[in-house]
Amino acid sequence: MGKPNDLVQGTLDLLILKTILLEPMHGWAIAKRIQQMSGEVLQVQQGSLYPALHRLEQQGWIKAKWAESETGRQAKFYALTGAGRKQLEAETANWNRLSAAIDLIVAEA
Amino acid sequence: MRWLAQLRMRMLMLFGRGNARARLDEELRDHLERQIEENIAAGMTAEEARLAALREFGNPALLREQARGTWNWIWLEGMLRDVRYGMRTLGRTPGFAAIAILVMALGIGANVTMFTIVRSVLLKPLPFAEPNQLVMVYERGVVDEADSQFNVVTGGMFTEWKRQNKTFQDIGLAGAGGSEFNLSGAGGQLPEKLHGVNCTWNLLPLLGVKPALGRGFTADDDQLSANGTVLLTWGLWKRRFGGDPAIINQSVHINTRSYIVIGVLPAWFVYPEDPAVQLLTPVYHDKPADRMNSLGNHQFEVIGRLRPGVTAEQATADLALIARRLHDAHLDNPLIGKAAVARPLLEDMVVDARRPLYVLFAATGCVLLIACLNVANLLVARGAVRRKEQAIRMALGGGRLRLLRENLMESLLLAVAGGAGGIALAWAAIEWLAKTRPDLSRVEAVHIDGVVLVFTAGLIVLCALFAGVIGSMVSRDARLLASLQESSRAASAGQGRVRLRKGLLAVEVGLTVVLLVCAGLLLKSYERLRSSDMGCTTHNVLTMRIGLFGGRYNDRAEKVNFFSELLTRVRALPGVEGAGFVQAVPGQGYWGDGPFEIVEHPPQPVGQMQLAIYRWADPGYFAAMGIPILRGRSIDPGKRLDGADESVISKSFADQHLPGEDPIGKHLRVDGHVLTIVGVVGDTRYAPAEDPRPMEYLPLYSGFPNNGTLVIRSSRDVEQQALPVQRIVQSMDRDLPVSDVMTMEQLLGKSTMDASFDATLLAVFAGLSLLLAAVGLFGVLSYIVAQRTSEIGIRIALGARREQVLRKVMLDGLRPALLGLVLGLAASAGAAKEIASMLYGTEALDMSVFAGVSGALLLVAAAACLVPAWRASRLDPMRALRTE
Repeated sequence: MGKPNDLVQGTLDLLILKTILLEPMHGWAIAKRIQQMSGEVLQVQQGSLYPALHRLEQQGWIKAKWAESETGRQAKFYALTGAGRKQLEAETANWNRLSAAIDLIVAEA
Repeated sequence: MRWLAQLRMRMLMLFGRGNARARLDEELRDHLERQIEENIAAGMTAEEARLAALREFGNPALLREQARGTWNWIWLEGMLRDVRYGMRTLGRTPGFAAIAILVMALGIGANVTMFTIVRSVLLKPLPFAEPNQLVMVYERGVVDEADSQFNVVTGGMFTEWKRQNKTFQDIGLAGAGGSEFNLSGAGGQLPEKLHGVNCTWNLLPLLGVKPALGRGFTADDDQLSANGTVLLTWGLWKRRFGGDPAIINQSVHINTRSYIVIGVLPAWFVYPEDPAVQLLTPVYHDKPADRMNSLGNHQFEVIGRLRPGVTAEQATADLALIARRLHDAHLDNPLIGKAAVARPLLEDMVVDARRPLYVLFAATGCVLLIACLNVANLLVARGAVRRKEQAIRMALGGGRLRLLRENLMESLLLAVAGGAGGIALAWAAIEWLAKTRPDLSRVEAVHIDGVVLVFTAGLIVLCALFAGVIGSMVSRDARLLASLQESSRAASAGQGRVRLRKGLLAVEVGLTVVLLVCAGLLLKSYERLRSSDMGCTTHNVLTMRIGLFGGRYNDRAEKVNFFSELLTRVRALPGVEGAGFVQAVPGQGYWGDGPFEIVEHPPQPVGQMQLAIYRWADPGYFAAMGIPILRGRSIDPGKRLDGADESVISKSFADQHLPGEDPIGKHLRVDGHVLTIVGVVGDTRYAPAEDPRPMEYLPLYSGFPNNGTLVIRSSRDVEQQALPVQRIVQSMDRDLPVSDVMTMEQLLGKSTMDASFDATLLAVFAGLSLLLAAVGLFGVLSYIVAQRTSEIGIRIALGARREQVLRKVMLDGLRPALLGLVLGLAASAGAAKEIASMLYGTEALDMSVFAGVSGALLLVAAAACLVPAWRASRLDPMRALRTE
């Protein structure tokens, strides 16, 4: 396993968007979900997660809401916006294209 | 809709920044707590769990920074932080900040003022329709080619131009230089003397001016047989008629004739060639037909509107051809111009103001440059003091750009504060100017507007960059370690920065020298102007203008009676030593010249003519004004009306036209009348800056002239005579106004006002820059001495004598001053050539001015250097060595 924050630049955005597609989540939960879903391969460092979340928010792809979390504390829940949904589609398509291309090369070798 | 979300986000981040910061902290804390809980759940102790979570979390400050780094407006936040730092740094040295801001405010204020004036007066288009098509037309080559480049026009020439031209849409005419009008109301209102102008009916439509009330002139108004009509300016209507619209179609008395007020001009309208004009009347109605058709009587200004696409040069060629044909058809009349010249109206209006304004603008530019250099110098000095701090910050990883940005922000703060002060100064200066110089061409158009504000903003940025970049050039020093070592145990400071400061100083001194030289030349020229011999007494002489118009004064005998009774009664006043009446006193202007012949001489060849300035004068005028009678006597006061056949000539008239002859007893033929020359009087000047010209004095008591200047000479305070004399005039004619009551000194002061204005302003600028240069010298030398305290201490401890130290430090300071002086003198020689045309009786390379400036500058420089040098020589070596 490589260093956890060795994520390809831009891929983290895709992962975050994908993770909160179904329901709004707070930062901690997003990191945990990515970790679980990837079979503990991908560990998102706080140092990357929060700047990424804030960047996405500034760009209008996700929006944040303060709400009571399952522990009864106030937490910041991130949800996808309409623009974010489109962005997710675009980035997914992009990713598929890219990974297919890489696959072709790697499989060839 | 994403942009909407983004906009919302932007606004949120702009105004809810503090809140967002708190929320971020909360979010991160939440994350940390969850991690701790998870760790505890995994079996760690509370303490272990916290430490592990923190470890995994990394540097929370950095994380916070990074998250915040993604926010909008991060640049604004950085800038605000810089502003805060800058304010704090400046606040720590309030003296420095105050001086720098004051210096910048003066520099920027002076520049904004001059820019406003130059733009409004020279560059802003005239407020008329299609102003580029408007030209002023003159006759050229009347009698003498060289002497008459821009001659006013005759009515006859104008008629031909109007009829034959192919290049103008329309062409109109107006009395040159305006005229004096006596305005009196029907209802016993006070009579008033006003400036007005006679013009053709089409002049206002040609300019594109429509009356705000009533109607304009029509062709029917503009003829002899029409009823008198008058247009009032807005100012006159408000002031004299209380802004009452009912004045339209009422009648007023102008020069005792009845005129109907047909309209009021809009408030923005200012008569282009003379801002003092308050009313307009139709010229063909006012002036007799022979005057309007004359080919010799030059007294009109001609304004034309060119056809689209036609240039002033084409119009010049067109009209010159017509003039030439007219001239050739009347070869016996040399008073007809041989050519014509048309130049843009705006250029014509500001031609005299242009050079002085640009000179003053250049001077303020120099002042600003000096101010910036000074501020840069102060910043360099301060940068040197803070060198250690900066070196430490750099060693700790402070970005160089970040430090530069801080420096720039500081100078920007200074420049902005200075700029704000400068705008206030400029505003006050412009208000003051409008009050003191209403005679300046287009002064009414001078206002601070948007463009001026943009200019100011640009100036502020430029100053900030200039001062900031030069000021932080020293902090570019890459040798970090050396700098740290040097400042921890300094023997002497780095030479680079000292050299830079000395270079700045030399430039500063050089610019100051240029300003001082120019100011010196103008001041000297002004002194010459003020002390130029007018050829008459100027002390304790009172002048006032009186004009007799219309009614009973159409009778020549009435005029003669009036003048002689007035003079008799004025002379009888206690304290009055002499009184006289003349068309215009010395210094009151050129007025008019006319052709003359000397009867005893052979007639002039056809097509040639002799001209001389003439003055109608009463016999007692010469005695009253102290103009010496060199030969013969004055005009016989007993000879009146058609019997008045005597004349007096000036010395230069005799020298030029009757050389080697006895002028007494010779005869002049003027306008068909033959006059005997009975005396020769001393020369006088019609303007302080002009050499005396040949002049002939014609008898007032012939009854032809109807207006002129009454002069009263008294043994003591002559101004006290003004009221008694005015009372005499009132008792003789209740409706007769008196105007321009002033002493000879005031009159001459007014005619040299331009020169005094330019010289004074430039002197103020020069003084200001001298002060700045002195402050700069003082500052640099003090800094050098402070830097070298321990070195000097060692020298003294090793036996250097006090005077040696003094001399060395003095020389250190004087060297850049000397270099600047040499550079400045060289540049001044060039600058002086540029202003040569503004000088009177003074050479551009006037040695006394150059020497005086050099002496004064060296003196000031030495004085500025003396204090730090003295301090250095008085150093206590023990204390000096312990300072670090």
